[in-house]
Amino acid sequence: MRKMKTLTAAAALASVGGWAAAQEGGSGVEVLHWWTSGGEAAALNVLKEDLSGQSIGWNDMPVAGGGGEAAMTALRARVTAGNPPTAVQMLGFDIQDWAAEGALGNLNEVAAAEGWDAVVPAALQQFSKYEGNWIAAPVNVHSTNWVWANKAVLDELGIAQPTTWDELVAAMEAVEAAGKVALAHGGQAWQDATIFDGVVLSTGGPEFYKAAFIDLDPEALGSETMVQAFDRMSQLREFVDDNFSGRDWNLASAMVANGEAAFQIMGDWAKGEFKNAGLTPGEDILCFRMPGTEGAVTFNSDQFAMFNVTDETAVTNQAAMASAIMSPEFQVAFNTVKGSVPARTDVADTEFDACGKQGMADLAAAAEAGTLMGSMAHGHANRAAVKNAIYDVVTAHFNGEYDSQTAAEELVNAVEAAM
Amino acid sequence: MSTISQEAVVVRPAAPVPSQDTAVRTSRVARTFIYLVLLLFALFYLLPFAIMVINSVKPLSEITGGNMLALPQDWTIAPWLSAWSTAQIGVEPTGLRPYFLNSILMVVPAVAISTILGALNGYVLTKWRFRGDTILFGLMLFACFIPFQIVLIPMARMLGLMGLAGSTPGLILVHVVYGLGFTTLYFRNYYAAFPTELVRAAMMDGAGFFRIFWRIMLPVSGPIAVVSVIWQFTNIWNDFLFGASFADLDSMPMTVGLNNLVNSSTGVKEYNVHFAGAILAALPTLLVYIVAGRYFVRGLMAGSVKG
Amino acid sequence: MATATEADFRTRLQDWLPKLVLSPSLAAILVFVYGFIAYSIYLSFTDSKMMPSTDWVGWENYGTLWGLSHWHTALVNLAIFASLYIVACTVIGLVLAIFLDQKIRGEGMLRPIYLYPMALSFIVTGTAWKWFLDPGIGLEHTMHLWGWESFSFGWIKDRDMAIYTVVIAAVWQTSGFVMAMFLAGLRGIDNEILKAAQIDGASNWNLYRRIVIPLLRPAFLSAFVILSHLAIKSYDLVIALTGGGPGRATELPATFMYSYTFTRNQMGVGAASAVIMLMTIAAIMVPYLYAELKERER
Repeated sequence: MRKMKTLTAAAALASVGGWAAAQEGGSGVEVLHWWTSGGEAAALNVLKEDLSGQSIGWNDMPVAGGGGEAAMTALRARVTAGNPPTAVQMLGFDIQDWAAEGALGNLNEVAAAEGWDAVVPAALQQFSKYEGNWIAAPVNVHSTNWVWANKAVLDELGIAQPTTWDELVAAMEAVEAAGKVALAHGGQAWQDATIFDGVVLSTGGPEFYKAAFIDLDPEALGSETMVQAFDRMSQLREFVDDNFSGRDWNLASAMVANGEAAFQIMGDWAKGEFKNAGLTPGEDILCFRMPGTEGAVTFNSDQFAMFNVTDETAVTNQAAMASAIMSPEFQVAFNTVKGSVPARTDVADTEFDACGKQGMADLAAAAEAGTLMGSMAHGHANRAAVKNAIYDVVTAHFNGEYDSQTAAEELVNAVEAAM
Repeated sequence: MSTISQEAVVVRPAAPVPSQDTAVRTSRVARTFIYLVLLLFALFYLLPFAIMVINSVKPLSEITGGNMLALPQDWTIAPWLSAWSTAQIGVEPTGLRPYFLNSILMVVPAVAISTILGALNGYVLTKWRFRGDTILFGLMLFACFIPFQIVLIPMARMLGLMGLAGSTPGLILVHVVYGLGFTTLYFRNYYAAFPTELVRAAMMDGAGFFRIFWRIMLPVSGPIAVVSVIWQFTNIWNDFLFGASFADLDSMPMTVGLNNLVNSSTGVKEYNVHFAGAILAALPTLLVYIVAGRYFVRGLMAGSVKG
Repeated sequence: MATATEADFRTRLQDWLPKLVLSPSLAAILVFVYGFIAYSIYLSFTDSKMMPSTDWVGWENYGTLWGLSHWHTALVNLAIFASLYIVACTVIGLVLAIFLDQKIRGEGMLRPIYLYPMALSFIVTGTAWKWFLDPGIGLEHTMHLWGWESFSFGWIKDRDMAIYTVVIAAVWQTSGFVMAMFLAGLRGIDNEILKAAQIDGASNWNLYRRIVIPLLRPAFLSAFVILSHLAIKSYDLVIALTGGGPGRATELPATFMYSYTFTRNQMGVGAASAVIMLMTIAAIMVPYLYAELKERER
C-alpha cells in the first residue's frame, strides 16, 4: 500500500515536472487572454509577430466571456493544477489579488532599464505594481466617461454638442420630441454601472467620486449628492426606449450609427462599432466627455500579468514580452485598433483619429491633475465583491426597484456587506 | 420489422393498417389531430433555428440595421466561410476548423466509455442484485446533482496530481465521471423492465456474467443506448466550463472556440458569423441524432422475448 | 490441475464479478463527487475569497448568504422555474412520444426536429431567442407589421414575467429529449400486453392510462431526475437570455453560485450557497428516490 502511494506520488511529481519543463523550457510564452473579436485579436497578433521576430514562440490560450470572467475562472483551475500560463491578460484588482497570492513574477529589471516609472501614469502603476515591484505590463487605457452622438441626427434637429448636464437633458428632450430614441442603452448591470460612473463624476466632481468609489466613504455613499446622482439616473432612464433591457452594447451602438438614436454613454471601445459601420469618429460620430466630467478620466486598463516562472529562458521570455508590450510601436498599433489610448504618456498621437487624440490629451492632463481615477463599473475602483455589490444597487434602481433615497441607503449597506 | 405485430392486427379486421410501432389503433379523426399536434410542435422547435439560419446568410449591416426577423435582401455565405476557416478565435484567424478534431477526440471515447460503464452498472444493479445495491444506486443518482462550480477547483488539483491537466485524457476522465450517474440511471431503469426470468434461464443454462450481458441484454438495449449516447454526446460536446478550465491549446474543444468567436466583450459583434458558427458547431450532434435515431426501432424487445 | 477447485474458483469469480464491475464507477463517484462535496462543505466555513483558504470563520458565510436579497430572489425563481419547467417538459415529452409511437409517417424527420434544440449551444441560441422575444425586434414587432396592432408580448422586459420566458426557452431546449426518453420506454413495452388489452376491449385512453403509463414508471423516474438536475443547473440559458435581468429579476441559484464563487471572489459564500442547494436537493430527492426504489424492491 505504502509502496503504491510513493509510486503515485513519484509519478505525479514527474509529470508536474514534465510540464514545468515543457512550459518554461524556452519554447516561448503561453498567453491567456480574452481578446478574440476580429480587431482585438488582429491587434494582439502584432505582439505575437514581434516576439516571433525574437524567436520566442506564442502559445495562444484564448478564453472569452463575461469581460474576462471566464478567463479568470480558467486561470484559477490552471493555477490550482500547477500549470499556470506565463502571461495573463488581467484587469485592475485581479492583478493585485493574484500578487497577494504570491503567484506573480517580477519585472523590475526591464522596468528599470526602460524607465517605465517615468512614462506610466501613477494611477496605472497602482495596478501594475505590488509592494513596489512591477508585476504587470499595461497594454492600454480605456476611459468610460464618454458620450457618443450621431452628428447627422443632432444637425438635423439643430442641437449643439451639450456642455453641461442641463444641456444634455435638453438635447435629449429635443431628440425624444422628434420621435427618436434619445439615449441608446442596453439594460445590463455593467452598462448601467458604466453610465453611473459618468453621472456620479459629473454630479459630485472628482473628489466626491474618489471618496465614494475608491475610498468607499459611507458618508459620501449615502450623501445628498449620491441621491442627486441617482435622481439623474432616473432622468436618463426616461430617455431610453422601452426595449432597452438586456440589449448588447453593440446593438445600442448600432442604433446610434443608424441614426435611430442620438446618444450613447459608453467606454471608448464603442468606437470600433462606429468605424465598422463606416462612420468616422470625430466627424460623423461626435465624442465628448460626459458633461461635467471634463478634465477628469475614469479608466480601466488591460494589463499582462506575468506569472512566477523559475526557468532562466522563461524569465527572459517574460521580460522580452513585457518590453514588447511597452514599446511605443506596439502601443500605437494596438490602441488604434482597440479604440483605447496608450498606457504610456510619451507616445506620439499622429496615428490616432480625432477621438483618440482627444483621449490621449485628456489622459495626460488628468494624470497631471490627479483626476485620473479607476472606473467603478470596470473594476478599477474597488475589488470584485464591492463592484458587484454596487452593481446590484445601481441596476435595481435603474429598473425601478428603489427610489433614489433608498438606493443611496442600500448602497451604503451593500458596500459594507461586501467589504 | 416484426411479423408478429402484423398477425396480431388481423384479430380486428376493421383496422386495416398493419402495426409496426405499437399495437394501439386510432381513428381517422384522431390521426389528423395527432399529425396536427406533431406538426405544430415541429414548428415551435424550428422557429429559433429559422431565425439563426436567416441571420447567418445576411450581411451584418442588415442585422444591425434592425431587420432581425426579415429575410435577407442580399444573400451571402461569407459568414459561414468566415466561421469555418477565417474568423478570429485567438491571435490566429483560424475559424472553428481546428477545434473540431479536438472535440471529436474527446467526445467519442468519453461517450463510449461512459455508456458502456452505464450499461454494465445498470445490468449489475438490476440482474445481479446484492445487499445494499439500492443504496449504491441512490448514491450514484444523487451524484447527478453536484453543482459543477464546486467541482472545478478540487478537480483541477486532482488532474494536476494525476498529470492529466491540460490534456484530452484529463477531459475524458472528467466527462466520464460526471456522466456515469446519468448513464447508469438510464440503463438501470430500462433493464428494470426487462424480464429477469430470461436472465435466470440463461444462468441455468450455464451462461456467465458477460455472456448474458452480451447475448441477452445488449441486443435489446438499442433504444436506451440511443438515449444515453444522445445525452452524453450533447452534454460533452456542448460543455464549456470544463473545456475552458482543463484544456490546453492542443486539446481545446469546439465550445471554447465558439465561445471565443461569440463572446467578445468590448469587441465588434458579427452576429451573422456567430449564428453560422453555432450551427456548424452543432452539426456533429445533429448527425448523431439522425443516425442514432434509427435505432429507436421497435421489435428488438419483442423479438428477443419471443426467442 | 484439480478441476474441482477451478470450478470453485469460477463460481466464486462469478459471485464477485458483478461487484467488481461496479466498483470502478463507485470509487470514481465516491472521490470525485462525495469527496468534493465534503471539500465544499469545508470551504463554506472558511474565509475563501479568490482561492481556497483554510481560515475557519464558522457560520459567517451562511449569515452573509441569507442576508442577501437576491439569494432569496434566486430561490423563489428556482421554485417557479423548476416546477413549471419539469411539468411542462414531462407533459409535452410524454404526449409527443405517445403520438410519435402511432406509426407516424415521417417519424424519422420529426424526431431530429424535436431533438435538435439540445444540440445547439445556448450561448448563441440565447441570442436568437432574445431577439424573438424582444418586443421591438421579434414576435410583437412582426405581428404589428402584419397588421395585428394590439398584439403585445413584452415578458422578457418585464421584471415579473421575465422568468417565464426563461421557462419557455428551457422547455424548447429539453422537451424533445424527454420525448426521446419516453419513446425509448414505449418501444421497450411488449406489444403482446397491448394486444391482449385491446382484445379485452379497452379504449385507447384506458389502455394508456391503466397499462402503458404505469409501465413507463421507470422512464418517469429518469425524466424527473434529468429535468430537476437541469432546472437546478440552468446557467447558460439565463446568462444568454436575460443575463439575470431585468435588474436581478431572473437570477437563479446556479448563476448566483457561479457569480459569488468566481466573479465576485467570495468563494466562501459561493460554497455556502452550493451546500444549501445540495441540502435542498437532498431533502426533495431522497424521500422521492426512497419511495420510488423501495416500491420496486417488492
